[in-house]
Order: sequence, then structure tokens, then C-alpha cells
Amino acid sequence: MNYVGIDIGSTASKVVVLGGTEVQFVLPTGWSSKETTETIKEKLKSEGVDVLSEDTKVVATGYGRVAVDFADHVITEITCHARGGRVMAGDDCAVIDVGGQDTKVILIERGMVQDFLMNDKCSAGTGKFMEVMANRLGVTLAELFDMAAAGDVLPISSLCTVFAESEIINYIGEGRKREDIAAGVVDSVASKVAQLSQRKSLPQKVILTGGLSHSKYFAEVLSKKIGQTVELTENGRYAGALGGALLAKEKKR
Amino acid sequence: MNIIKELPEVFEEFAEQRQKSFLAVKELKDKGIPVIGAYCTYFPKEIAMAMGAAAVSLCSTSDETIAEAEKDLPKNLCPLIKSSYGFAKTDKCPFFYFSDVVVGETTCDGKKKMYEYMAEFKEVFLMELPNTQSENALVLWKQEIIRFKEYLEETFNITITDEDIRKAIRTENKARLALKDLYSVMKHEPAPITGQDLFKVLYGSTFKFDRTQIPLELGNLVKKIEEEYAAGKMQESKPRILVTGCPIGGATEKVIQAIESNGGIVVTYENCSGAKAIDMLVDEENPDVYDALARRYLAIGCSVMTPNPNRIELLGRLIDEYQVDGVVEVILQACHTYNVESLGIRKFVNQEKNTPYISVETDYSQADIGQLNTRIAAFIEML
Repeated sequence: MNYVGIDIGSTASKVVVLGGTEVQFVLPTGWSSKETTETIKEKLKSEGVDVLSEDTKVVATGYGRVAVDFADHVITEITCHARGGRVMAGDDCAVIDVGGQDTKVILIERGMVQDFLMNDKCSAGTGKFMEVMANRLGVTLAELFDMAAAGDVLPISSLCTVFAESEIINYIGEGRKREDIAAGVVDSVASKVAQLSQRKSLPQKVILTGGLSHSKYFAEVLSKKIGQTVELTENGRYAGALGGALLAKEKKR
Repeated sequence: MNIIKELPEVFEEFAEQRQKSFLAVKELKDKGIPVIGAYCTYFPKEIAMAMGAAAVSLCSTSDETIAEAEKDLPKNLCPLIKSSYGFAKTDKCPFFYFSDVVVGETTCDGKKKMYEYMAEFKEVFLMELPNTQSENALVLWKQEIIRFKEYLEETFNITITDEDIRKAIRTENKARLALKDLYSVMKHEPAPITGQDLFKVLYGSTFKFDRTQIPLELGNLVKKIEEEYAAGKMQESKPRILVTGCPIGGATEKVIQAIESNGGIVVTYENCSGAKAIDMLVDEENPDVYDALARRYLAIGCSVMTPNPNRIELLGRLIDEYQVDGVVEVILQACHTYNVESLGIRKFVNQEKNTPYISVETDYSQADIGQLNTRIAAFIEML
């Protein structure tokens, strides 16, 4: 038996297989969730996992979850991230997931989702914000963090991605250091994520999942802002897909 | 001969009530019957009924005229106020067009300031609604109801007697009881009908001009629902959701759809589309009809009141009576009173009723449907 979790995010699609075959991989979502879903299906086949087989249970999650037409269950990313987060941090924890288009804070008590928060319709405080700014500075996301670590924070006051980008253009025009601008960008996202998180009282154990979960620098800045340690997770970007695979195994119907 | 109709057809008929009453209101006008337009649950409709006028609900639920309204009003204002003003200004609402007078109340800040502008192009009678439920407030509100009656007498050159009002009170109480009987069918587990169908009837009935017909029509409907239920026709057992918060309808029915297409069922509405407007009766024994009306209307548990204990009381009662598994609060964007009050409501629901709660902020656009679905689906998965 194979249990497959497919997490179609706005930026990246993550796949985790548990059971007979154990694999995980990530690929860019691109412009079409439908096409990505087909690519995933083929790739799984080459790994020996046939998603259409009776012996394979598939859970789809993420914003593109409805595009996965071969899924046995469609479950929201909140529930999947919580399930995956439990494997990484235990039954009482908070999961902060900074995703491509939204940021979620999920509170887990005794293994159950007790409450959750999501950012509003705006992309400030998400991976998308950083991506736009990194592009503007002509660097990759990884380079952005490295540069930020070496810079002094330049304030970026606007919460709107479009307005913030023009603030950065102004800084570039003024000839400010790229490192300082990068530090400003990370600081701005961390502030927004911290604001969202602090609307709830957080438990002791807080982990970071999603696309930024491997960035030590981001976790440090965020920890400082929240006032408690936010732990990095090695496999954090797979939290949703892992949770999906586990739920595929646990779902009775 | 009685034509027996299937339930879905009956629900649709109620949903079409609003369109049908566009024609009905014109007929009334042609017969010389005055039409009084109102926006809010605080409007004491018995006074209008007592003079034989038709009271119509003007509360707007579509984003069609918001762009036009934003020429005059700030963008960051509640969509209900913008839409109401937009329909009035563009004269796109036939009810507004046919209203001889529009009655507003000093409820929230946005609305009362909006009425100032509306008064520039329409006859607006503004009632001063107190923002507390004290004894002094009651005195003021009773005076306002009397002032409204006197205004109608003078404007339409008629006399409204206590007996006329008493009769209207009895009629409207009977209508309320019938509506309550209807929504009480949702106490069954599993529920007999969907929350969306219940909403169609509740919402449609606010456009029924002849209030004396409501008990019979709804009585038949309840009978049919109960008979079918006894015969085994019912919904699947699903997490039972209570909807509270701002008024909904039209564009914001997207929230009901998000709940019911993601595995939940709305079993009761605490807001103005449901129990808040219907639950309380006017005291028929009170010899002073104005006092009876003032007490009943001032006791409405709207977030414009400070403090607002009656909302908590009703909410608690509904959570128990309807075996509610989760509470969804709908907050219209920039509605300060409901938005601020949501903290207290969350505390009450979580801590005292031990029930999960989520609040969703939305407007009249369709832009947030994806997010709304994710949030609500995750909430229902959590139950």
C-alpha cells in the first residue's frame, strides 16, 4: 500500500509517499496546477507509484488541491500542515507556515487543531513578498537571506507589496546598500508574520514550516520579534505533503 | 383543490419573493397605499402597518452600485452602507423608488452619516436610536417611536390609534411565531433541510407585504417539512454551524455556500436574517403600546449597543437548543462594532460554551471566495 500526499502550493508543489515506496520531491507549480498535477502523476509512476491503483491512496492539499483529479480526499492545508507539524514537533505546538501566497499560524493541542489564523487577502508577510523583492534586487531567495544577514535594516513601512516595491526602488535610486535593503525586506516579512502569530498566545514549542523553513536567518529574526524561539525544521517545506500522506493512511472512508 | 408542491419549489418561490414584490409594490402604489422603506431591524414596522402602509426592506446586498457610491463615500466603509447608498443614488432599487419616505436609525456611525447625504435627495425620517439599553434610553426611544407616528399622521394626513397599533402588534407577533416555528425545524439532528433553503424562506419573508398571510404559508411549509422528515427525508448528519455577526443576504450568501459545500450545515442564524429579528415578541398585555414597542425594539442584541448582553444571551440559548458544533461569525469589511465585539463573542463561545469559533471578514465582491473556502473548510475539518 502507498499513501501519497500532494501539496500544490502557489509557488512550489510538494509530494511525499509513505508505505511500500518512500519518496519525496518538490517541483515548481508553474502557471497551471493541472499540468503540474500531470507531471507529478508521471514522476510518481517512474518511482513505481501508480496513483490510479486501488493500492494507492492520495490526499491533495494546497491552493491547487482541486486540480488533483485523482485524489481520494481533498483536505485543506491547515489540517495537513497540522498533521505534518505533529510529526516534527509533537502533539502540543504551534506551526507557522510561511507559504507562497499566504501565511498560516496553526495551534495544536493534544494532537488536534485547536485554532488557526491566516493572513488576509494581502500578500505582505508571505513568500511572495520576498520573491518580488529578491527579483527587484536581482538575487535568489537564498542570496537575499545571506545578504540580509550582513546588512543593517532599512525600514520598509508599506505593508502592500506593490507600494513596498516602490519604496525599494527609491532606496535603489538613493544608492543604498543592497545588504541593507535585503535586511529591510526580511525584517518587514518577519514583522508581519510575528504580528499574525501574536494574535494568539503561543505554546512553548513553535516551528517554522513552508518554503522559508530552512532559513536560519529568517527564524532568528522571527524569534526575536515574537520573543520566543521559532525552530527550524529540516523537512519543513514538506509538512503539508507529509501530513497529507499520513491522513491518506489514517482516513477510514 | 390544493396544489401540492415539492419542497425545493416552495423554497425557490420564497427566494423569488423579492422580485415578485417589485411588481406588488407598484400595484400598491397605484392603489394609493403609502410605501415606507426601512433598512434596519430596529425599524418598528408595527407603526407603519398600523396606518395600512406597506413596509419594505431596502437593505442592500449586491455590489452592483458600490462603485457609484464610492464617488461620495469612502472606499474603506462597510459594503452594506455603500451598497444601500449606491442603490438609492442611482435609483436602481424599485423599492427605494416607490418609497414615500425612508426611515433610518442612528445605529452605527457609517449609517447615520450616510443618511445625512441621502436626505439631500430623498425624504428621510431619522429615528434617534440610543446606544445603550438604560431606562433613560428607553424613554428616548419611546419618544422617538411616538414622534415617528406623529410624523406619519401629519405627512399622510391620517390618524393612527392605539387600537390600530395593537392590531399590528398582534399580526406581527403571529408572523414572528410562524417564522420561529419554521427555523425551529433545524433543531432536528440530522437537519431536515439545508441552511441555504432555510435562508431563502427567512429572507424572502421579509419582502412579504401582507403579514397576515405568513402564519398560514409557513405553517403549511413546516407541516410538509415535518411530514417528510418523519418519512425519512433529511440531510446527512454533518457538523452543525451557527452563523452570527453582520446581516447577510445576496452577495454574502457565499458564506452559507462555503459552509455547506465544505461539509457543514447551517442550523441557525443569530444575525438580523434570523433569530435577532424574530426571537422576541412585543408584549401584547402592556396597556401602553408605545412602551411595549420601545422595550421590544431597544432590546435587540445588536453590536451598536454598549454593553450588548442580549446578543450573548441569545447566542448561548441558540448554541444549546440547536446542538451547535461550531460558530461562524460574518463580519462585513469595516464594520467596527461587530469587528470589535468579535473578541468578546469568541471568548464567550470558546470559554463558556466550549464551542469552536471562527470569524471571517468579507465584503460584497466574489474576490475572496477561494480564501473563504479554505478558511471555512479548515474550520469544519477541525470540528
